[in-house]
Amino acid sequence: MSDLSRRKLITTGFAATAGVLGLGTAAHLAQKYGLVPPDHGGIWGIGETLTYASQRLLTRHSLAREFSRSQISKRPVPNEMPPLKDEYKRLQAGGFVDWRLSVDGLVDRPGEFSLEQLKGYPSRSQITQLACEEGWSYIAEWTGVPLSHVLEVVGIQPHARYLVYFSIDPDWWESIDMADALHPQTFLAYGLNGEELPVANGGPLRLRLPRQLGYKSVKFITRVTVTDSLKGFGKGLGSAAPEGGYAWYAGI
Amino acid sequence: MADSAYMPNSAAAVPASAVNSRHSGLVRVTHWITTLCFIALLVSGVEILISHPRFYWGETGNVLTTPLFQLPIPSSRALVPTGYGYVLPDQNGWSRYLHFQAAWVLLLTGLLYAIFSLLSGHFRKNLFPGKADLSWRVLRTEIVNHLRFKRPSAAEARSYNVLQRLTYLLVIFVLFPLVIWSGLAMSLAFVSAFPATVTLLGGQQSARTIHFFVSLALVLFLLVHVVMVGVAGFRSRTRAMITGKAGTDMEGA
Repeated sequence: MSDLSRRKLITTGFAATAGVLGLGTAAHLAQKYGLVPPDHGGIWGIGETLTYASQRLLTRHSLAREFSRSQISKRPVPNEMPPLKDEYKRLQAGGFVDWRLSVDGLVDRPGEFSLEQLKGYPSRSQITQLACEEGWSYIAEWTGVPLSHVLEVVGIQPHARYLVYFSIDPDWWESIDMADALHPQTFLAYGLNGEELPVANGGPLRLRLPRQLGYKSVKFITRVTVTDSLKGFGKGLGSAAPEGGYAWYAGI
Repeated sequence: MADSAYMPNSAAAVPASAVNSRHSGLVRVTHWITTLCFIALLVSGVEILISHPRFYWGETGNVLTTPLFQLPIPSSRALVPTGYGYVLPDQNGWSRYLHFQAAWVLLLTGLLYAIFSLLSGHFRKNLFPGKADLSWRVLRTEIVNHLRFKRPSAAEARSYNVLQRLTYLLVIFVLFPLVIWSGLAMSLAFVSAFPATVTLLGGQQSARTIHFFVSLALVLFLLVHVVMVGVAGFRSRTRAMITGKAGTDMEGA
């Protein structure tokens, strides 16, 4: 019996050492290949990291489902919103002529874009689903310019890792990794179902990210910044969502 | 009792070593991890559900469309017309974190259990019913015994009866896979890579509705399971699932 238990002890020892080394290597590789979300700290870190890492491995280039025109929902849902600020109302009164999207950070040619300029770029449309974390959803046709086009215009630098984007509402800002930022379906949307994007759905400009939940599709976008670290933004958790108790990665 | 020396009953026929071991270590550990995860998933699932207690069929559904049905409960969102004059506090943030974390632990535990059970013969020996057990006569007797809440005999206390086996197989091979599948079908990113996951279920809102009903079936299983454990002797059966040792049939009587 002592032979058996010694063998058992040695085997268990080897397995434990291999396990610890394996975990260490996995953590190192995960960091290196950008598989760790910014809100990985705390008690939910393991689940969030597993979700984000596996989704990044499986879905880096996959396209969100697109639908036929007949599947478009009769009415896009105007979700609850905090009251609009004075600055927004002023721009709205002027027909959004003075609305600007500023693009800065790790880019070669930072700049400001009017809606007119953005509409001058090749426009694209997609019929995709907007799903809310609460459980409801609708399908609509979104028209806009792919974010990747604007990023090409400003020239992103090679060490760019994240894109942080801000609403005119200072409490709503989000960020995504470069896989999502350069994804062909990530749009700066200005049109909905063939018309101007309504205020209730985020007009005049909304970032559309059809592979993630609605709260990542920030309304009333005014600024986009490219960065290699999310540490300097807010509490360093990546976006307003984790600061409010919600996950940074919302592909599920 | 004299003739039992010549005709031992089946309990006495069990070798002495087997009498003491009822559940293997891995079955016991995975059972309790699953229990904890299931409770976490249930609590967080209910919290997520009350932010939109309406169900739909097809791809889309929202407050502007007609639901398949609506649960008569208050909601944590003002936008949902519930008929209640108040809105519950929003608990979705931690609920979603907990839901997915528990789902991961449950998934990995389930994989470990399935691999172990295949290799050790646990499925074959303890869960797949024998041919003789699948006759209508045996099934009828078992159903009648269950409906009468009849306490199992000493022999039965050491292995699963046919109704138990069929129920556990249903839970392990149908309900759990279906609840995981319908859950993944709601993930926008997951279905972008594997669209059939959601189209086979009839759409994202159908997947959500299926997820709800399969969860209900699992809750029903949990309730019946606990009642049956109570009928068979709550203390001895719970002890068996903790220590692995089968209690004698007279315990807790």
